[in-house]
Amino acid sequence: MSIVANKLEPILYEMSTPGAIGVSLPDSDVPETPLPQHLMRKDLPLPEISEVDVVRHFTRLSQKNYCVDLGIYPLGSCTMKYNPKMNEEAIKLPGFSQIHPYQDAETVQGALQLMYELQNYLGEISGLPGVTLQPAAGAQGELTGILVIRAYHLARGDTARNEVLVPDSAHGTNPATSTMGGFKVVEVKSDRRGNVDLDNLRAKVNEKTVGLMLTNPNTLGLFEERVQQVCQIVHDVGGLVYGDGANLNAIVGLVRASDLGFDVVHTNLHKTFSVPHGGGGPGAGPVMVRENLAQFLPGPIVVKHGNEYSFHMPQHSIGRVKSFWGNFLALVRAYTYIRSYGREHLREIAENAVINANYLLARLRGAYEPAFPDRKCKHEFVLDGTRFAKQYGVRTLDVAKRIIDMGFYPPTIYFPLIVPECLMIEPTETQSKASLDEFADALLQIAEEARTDPDLLHSAPHNTPVSRLDETRAARDPILRYKTREPLAAMRDPEIIPTGVG
Amino acid sequence: MHRFIPNTDADRAAMLKTIGVGSVEELFSDVPREAMNAQINLPPALSELELMRELRAMSAQNAHLSDYAGFLGAGAYNHFIPATVPHLIFRAEFFTAYTPYQPEISQGTLQTIFEYQSMICDLTGMDAANASHYDGATATAEAAILAVNSFRDREKIIVAPTLHPEYRATLRTYLEGQGIPIVGDEDLSAPLEAVLAKHLDAKTAGVIVANPDFLGEVRDLRAVADRVHAAGALFIVSAYPIALGMYEAPGNYGADVVVGEGQSLGNAIGFGGPYLGIFACKEKHIRRSAGRLVGQTVDTQGRRGFVLTLQAREQHIRREKATSNICTNEALNALAACVYLATMGKQGLRQVAELCYQKAHQAAREIAALPGYRVTSNEFFNEFVVECPRAVADINQILHEHKIIGGYDLSKDYPHLKNSMLVAVTEMNTHAQIDALMDALNEVKR
Repeated sequence: MSIVANKLEPILYEMSTPGAIGVSLPDSDVPETPLPQHLMRKDLPLPEISEVDVVRHFTRLSQKNYCVDLGIYPLGSCTMKYNPKMNEEAIKLPGFSQIHPYQDAETVQGALQLMYELQNYLGEISGLPGVTLQPAAGAQGELTGILVIRAYHLARGDTARNEVLVPDSAHGTNPATSTMGGFKVVEVKSDRRGNVDLDNLRAKVNEKTVGLMLTNPNTLGLFEERVQQVCQIVHDVGGLVYGDGANLNAIVGLVRASDLGFDVVHTNLHKTFSVPHGGGGPGAGPVMVRENLAQFLPGPIVVKHGNEYSFHMPQHSIGRVKSFWGNFLALVRAYTYIRSYGREHLREIAENAVINANYLLARLRGAYEPAFPDRKCKHEFVLDGTRFAKQYGVRTLDVAKRIIDMGFYPPTIYFPLIVPECLMIEPTETQSKASLDEFADALLQIAEEARTDPDLLHSAPHNTPVSRLDETRAARDPILRYKTREPLAAMRDPEIIPTGVG
Repeated sequence: MHRFIPNTDADRAAMLKTIGVGSVEELFSDVPREAMNAQINLPPALSELELMRELRAMSAQNAHLSDYAGFLGAGAYNHFIPATVPHLIFRAEFFTAYTPYQPEISQGTLQTIFEYQSMICDLTGMDAANASHYDGATATAEAAILAVNSFRDREKIIVAPTLHPEYRATLRTYLEGQGIPIVGDEDLSAPLEAVLAKHLDAKTAGVIVANPDFLGEVRDLRAVADRVHAAGALFIVSAYPIALGMYEAPGNYGADVVVGEGQSLGNAIGFGGPYLGIFACKEKHIRRSAGRLVGQTVDTQGRRGFVLTLQAREQHIRREKATSNICTNEALNALAACVYLATMGKQGLRQVAELCYQKAHQAAREIAALPGYRVTSNEFFNEFVVECPRAVADINQILHEHKIIGGYDLSKDYPHLKNSMLVAVTEMNTHAQIDALMDALNEVKR
């Protein structure tokens, strides 16, 4: 972020000048047809801004953002890894970016081939051969998976099942998805080692069990030590096991979901497979299933006959989960990424993600409390901030805000819900040792400051475009759109603006 | 080691030593032994140079819109994208950032979402717009869920038969688990008034109508809105944002919720995705709506700033009681729409809409004059139905030889519209392309 970033940026509407134009379009080259006056709008209150000012506005706004290309972005369970630049060259190819989804299959064989091969790669990586590329994001993959499991039970005439088991460490999307699928959520406790508590699981499975939604490694960054037993307990009552693939980065290329006992998994292409997050999306959440479940997948999926590729709707498909064929350009990026790593290198992602996380954890031990001190973590780990809160009155939120002062994005905080005052840190494999040392040194300094100068943390961040924002006010009296041009004084920065900025 | 992994072997050795293990394998000792080191059958790694060569070859197998004249729409449209859009959205600061959870270093993303929300409100005539859904189909499904959740005793959704077939299909998938019936499209040739006469009652939570509809028809829906409201249900309109450059905002004719496919606002046609689900509603529905919202607030020094707000609706807070499971959305596509609308502005968007209208009507006139062809649409924006002398699939094959991507074959979804082609025309089509289409269609006849 440059110093320009600290200047208050007007909202587009505040920049509007009547008559300003940002674009030139050709004149109509056809004879005129009268416009349908009775259907037309009287006013189109969009801003009027010149091209130069549009470019400067968004460029200045961009400078108020932190991003992966600036440095570590250690949000746990988000897998903010480097997004290879060649992916972006790939998606710009006109045969990918400029094809219409409804063109005849014969005219888009290259696109279908790419999708077909990606289906196969994801089938290989998960060990689950039925693949749909349709879901647009992880949560939509979850909904897809739950509806596939529902269809499986119903097809067997098994209509009484209505409970989905979800561990207390799960992402919020898991219970929310179960509700959308029409099911009741039954929470399963975690044990002292961060695993699913087997006794609690046994007590909660029964003939009403639809299945279990399990994230492995879980959101504590821990591998489920008895994962095969967990799956077996669910299978024994006729339920299926859904794998939330949010944390695939820890095991990709090393361990297949099928070998652990999962029946259905999704993968977030915007996490493990390097599709950029774009400030919140788009992603893609393909779903992989055991062979007997492939008939229920949402389609269409790509099939190959001879040398020809075409779309096909699985026989007992749950239907469509979105329009067209999935987030195709995200699929192109993931395909490019997998081909770039290839069979020789894919496992290096997981190995290095796990080394990096354990190294960072080792560097922070002592100054911070790991939530599960006896265990090696996988790609991420969780720190318990209770001691800071009790001893110094410093909350995890304060630590996170002070991290911003140090020039980094803070980790995930207050999640998972089962660890109080937690920090959840995922460095990914694309951080060098040097950059991890820099980050660790900053965190160690903050731990020291918490003891010696807690107010420094309470008032952080100090050098950002804005300081802490009043979120209560935002929610109490929501302003969700621009309404009126505010007096300039109200939007001006009352602080002295850094030298050199006009 | 692969080039995307920065650590050297020496780094790794030093790190393992600090961790206190002798090898990487030790870090995976909690994985069942028989599951470790799975054989994964993938092609070998490729260098950037080799891989780009392969990708170019795959891309070259596809007939694309820089090379072909396109008259295909049906929910995805080929529109002009000003250079400002790709240049600004691909700035790494936007492109490689996450969901703006820490607002102090995410003001760029947050303000652009606020601006996007504001402009969508102005386009649609709504009070609030969210930060996006996956696409037009899922935004429609979320609107239906909102409608059902708005009432205690209404649990039926009526869809117009002319709502996009894939939106209707997606709606069914989304609502199936919750047991919410979707009615109205049993007879795909039934007019909307007949559908309402048959289904609209005290059990109806929402009525979903597209305007322009899937067949391109634009209508004054005031009377329909009144009728829906008189029955106590919500009126949900699926809109085409470019058309809103000239047509009345749905909020001004009674819509309670406006949804739509936002791809046309600066997003690549890209074989169907990622696209942009537009969702906007009247104020009283905000707290029941799904998806992220950005709100304006102040910092500790009173400076204006933006934050994610009303998060108590969302899955990470409310879990099984959330309004939806949506987390990742289509933020970058919303940013593209934001930059697009800022660039086009008041005048540009109107101009694009009128160009689409003018060119489409010219094409319709010319086709109507061809022997053997009949244009059956009346009041349309940029898309219309043509009854052809032969099956559309056959015609499109011939058009392909003329470097033309023909219209949508309606017989796939509307069996009563046999030999009917849905032709879309945008500002990208020149008069010369329209003439070439006429020549090719004439040849088909013979």
